[in-house]
Amino acid sequence: MTDKHLTTTDYPLAEKRPDLVRTRSGKMLEHLTLEALEAGAVALEDLRITPEALRQQAAIARAAGRPTLGRNFGRAAELVDVPQDVILGIYELLRPGRAKGKADLLDAAHLLRRTYKAEQMASFIEEAAEVYERRGLFSKRF
Amino acid sequence: MPDKPQGAPQIKVNRWRRFADWDERPLRLDKFAVEDASAGFAAFSSPNDPKPGLEIEDGKVKSMDGIAAVDFDMIDLFIATHHLDLEVAPEAMAIPSHEIARMLVDMNVPRAKLVRLAHGMTPAKLAEVVAELNALEIAFAYSKMRARHTPGNQGHVTNAKDDPLQLAADAATAVAFGFDEIETTMRVARNAWSNAVACAVGAAVGRWGTLFQCSSEEAEELQIGMAGFTSYAETVSVYGTERAFIDGDDTPWSKAFLSTAYASRGIKMRCTSGAGSELLMGFHESKSLLYLEARCLCLQRGMGVQGTQNGGIDGAPVTCTVPGGVRELMAENLLAVWLDLECASGNDARPTESEIRVGAKILPYLIAGSDLICSGFGSILKYDNSFNPSLMNGEELEDFLVLQRDFEADGGLTPVGETEILDLRSRAVQAIAAVFEELNLGKPTADMMASVVAASGSEETQSYLPGDVSFISEAIKQRRINVIDVIKALAKRGYRTEAQNLLNVVKLRVTGDYLQTSAIVRNGRIISAVNDPNEYLGPGTGYRVSKERREQLVNIRDVLDRDEVLRSEGRHAKAESRLIQYRTMGAAEPGSDPREVVIGISPAFGLKIFRTLGGHPLSSILDALISGIRAKGCRPRIVRLRHTADTSFLGLSAARLAGSGVGIGIQAKGTAVIHQHDRLPHHNLELFSNAPITKLEHYRRMGENAAAYALSETPEPVVVPTKGEAMGARFHAQVALIYAIETSLTEDGAAPENIEIRLAEVMQ
Repeated sequence: MTDKHLTTTDYPLAEKRPDLVRTRSGKMLEHLTLEALEAGAVALEDLRITPEALRQQAAIARAAGRPTLGRNFGRAAELVDVPQDVILGIYELLRPGRAKGKADLLDAAHLLRRTYKAEQMASFIEEAAEVYERRGLFSKRF
Repeated sequence: MPDKPQGAPQIKVNRWRRFADWDERPLRLDKFAVEDASAGFAAFSSPNDPKPGLEIEDGKVKSMDGIAAVDFDMIDLFIATHHLDLEVAPEAMAIPSHEIARMLVDMNVPRAKLVRLAHGMTPAKLAEVVAELNALEIAFAYSKMRARHTPGNQGHVTNAKDDPLQLAADAATAVAFGFDEIETTMRVARNAWSNAVACAVGAAVGRWGTLFQCSSEEAEELQIGMAGFTSYAETVSVYGTERAFIDGDDTPWSKAFLSTAYASRGIKMRCTSGAGSELLMGFHESKSLLYLEARCLCLQRGMGVQGTQNGGIDGAPVTCTVPGGVRELMAENLLAVWLDLECASGNDARPTESEIRVGAKILPYLIAGSDLICSGFGSILKYDNSFNPSLMNGEELEDFLVLQRDFEADGGLTPVGETEILDLRSRAVQAIAAVFEELNLGKPTADMMASVVAASGSEETQSYLPGDVSFISEAIKQRRINVIDVIKALAKRGYRTEAQNLLNVVKLRVTGDYLQTSAIVRNGRIISAVNDPNEYLGPGTGYRVSKERREQLVNIRDVLDRDEVLRSEGRHAKAESRLIQYRTMGAAEPGSDPREVVIGISPAFGLKIFRTLGGHPLSSILDALISGIRAKGCRPRIVRLRHTADTSFLGLSAARLAGSGVGIGIQAKGTAVIHQHDRLPHHNLELFSNAPITKLEHYRRMGENAAAYALSETPEPVVVPTKGEAMGARFHAQVALIYAIETSLTEDGAAPENIEIRLAEVMQ
């Protein structure tokens, strides 16, 4: 993977490394013109971030001495393809008192790992499940 | 009490009325609270704050800040797991706090070294270090430690009617003034989509690159972001106690997940925290405000968010009721940047009614610089601010521009001229109206648009009301209109520049460059802590206002120069030439008539300068003085003095020429004196030093009094009443320019000349 070798000198990618940038549908940045948009050749989907871009930004963040930001970008790369309703559903489940027990969160982690290959995100939710159990956050709130 | 003196009359007074005056000051609307750590009212330290400490065993945290790992609450757990760098921690925790405090203000210790140490420090340790610093040291350390080199600013764009036309106009206006980010919210929650479209379109007018957020309910805000209208979010709040967090209906894990979700959608995100929120929510655990915020900030670094909005956001007003509260807000901002987070440094919710406290609050940030000096400067009027009034608002925006000029400090804003603003506002309402028409969302009338372009605030508009807006907003949501539709509509209707500008902002998310720490867009380029890092190492390093930037900052409106003063005098010259004629009658000799009073006029009097600073024509001034002298039966003689322009010497020279030994000296700007021939130069009989408030009536009485002194009477001196106006501020630039004109006409040894004047009939 190219992104492993990225450093702060490759940043910003749009300026320094446009060769590395591709949209979801494989377009290059220079193809995202107003004319193309008017012609219907650029859709909202083309203006979304990609898992690759997030991994590249994660590498840059690590190179800049920001490991936690890099890890967040790494988790985000895994969520790019997760549908909005699934994301909002898991967010809701992570709020206090929503999950009835540890199993609900472990199911969510399993879903992320199995369906979306979101390994780091899944581990993060499993960690939450442990903490919620320990701190009694599964109790029903009114 | 001292001994009671014998026989002193009893004084029956029950109050010094100055206290009543003070009661009327805006300051007295502010309420202050007693320091009470147990009730949570303690800024920097509380007996309940833990002592810093960290025990590591087998690569795991065994205890942190005196709490054993088994007793960790969820915040401790998150910090211990995700924030603390256990490689660095033993070294960082072993350095005495006062030593680290000194490193923070030592310009020779690089920022990067301190950031590395912070990764290994616990919340109590971080709080203990910054508590060692006084306010000046905190501001200096902040300037050294902030992440991005170039300072910036953020503004609120809202209005009391959720009127999309006004939002578009005000967004374009805020962009023109230079805000790097603008933030909107609604009076009526369901108007979020309309607000988002209106601000996105308005922010695309004039230039591109201002990031935009629509503060709304979490899920809806994310959806609006997904539709492409917004480019950042900062509503993800975190708290410093477990109970406050749960009461806020979240956990560190749910908020971290939401942060990750924003990144996965390519939207810039920062968290919100800040002193006072736990206090307001009732779960403060009797801990100090600073310690709780240190927990919040370690949490945020652990979550991996790029930045924070802190400095007592909604909690700023309650924090400012506590002793040291304002210093605490500065200290918590310092903690944020020390932890290498982007800092939108508060200066947001208005914490006081005192304009002096407002100015004092903003100054350290202005001179230190900040990623975003305000996390919401109210670019609109106070009553239009749907977040609540800000520290600085539309009313005070020019004050801020002048502060930038005063201190030659870059607060991120730039003065803009009236014509340019009017053009931008017109263009913005036309653009949003075109989008509405194109997307069948409405057809605003020309009258609606005109009222908005001219309006300072929503009370002056005849435009959409919140109820109308609801239909527009619901339609945008229901029909799933997204930013592509809006860009197309703009382009189709001929707003191609705006269409391109909006597309440029949406395109930022493809690479995610603007997700890095402290990223903003300047001149079409991303700058962030990665490619524009703050590397301050003393004078000559760090951010400096460039020559070009300085020209922008100093270019406020209505500044005086010499040509302007002369032009203005030129306009008065014509009017005066119809009212008075001066004739030079040869050298002035000492008079012998004991009833003679000499009026000594200055070199430029009636030649280059024609009005006093009080706006009175000089013909009227002479008429008043002469009438006063004659009223007492004395005889005026006018003499032009050419060797001096100084009031005292004008008066003294006039007195020495007068047969009575009494003279009046008067400068063209209206400063006047009564003098007597045998007095010391600065020991005059009467002086009018405040020309701007001196009226014709005063000059007439000055003439009478001069005559009275000539007759050896002892008249009551004429006192020009002042209300304490800052005369220097109002007039000294003009005074200096006018006085330079006077002094340029003086000539060493030039003899006084008799002057005969003829006043037009209308004057008599």
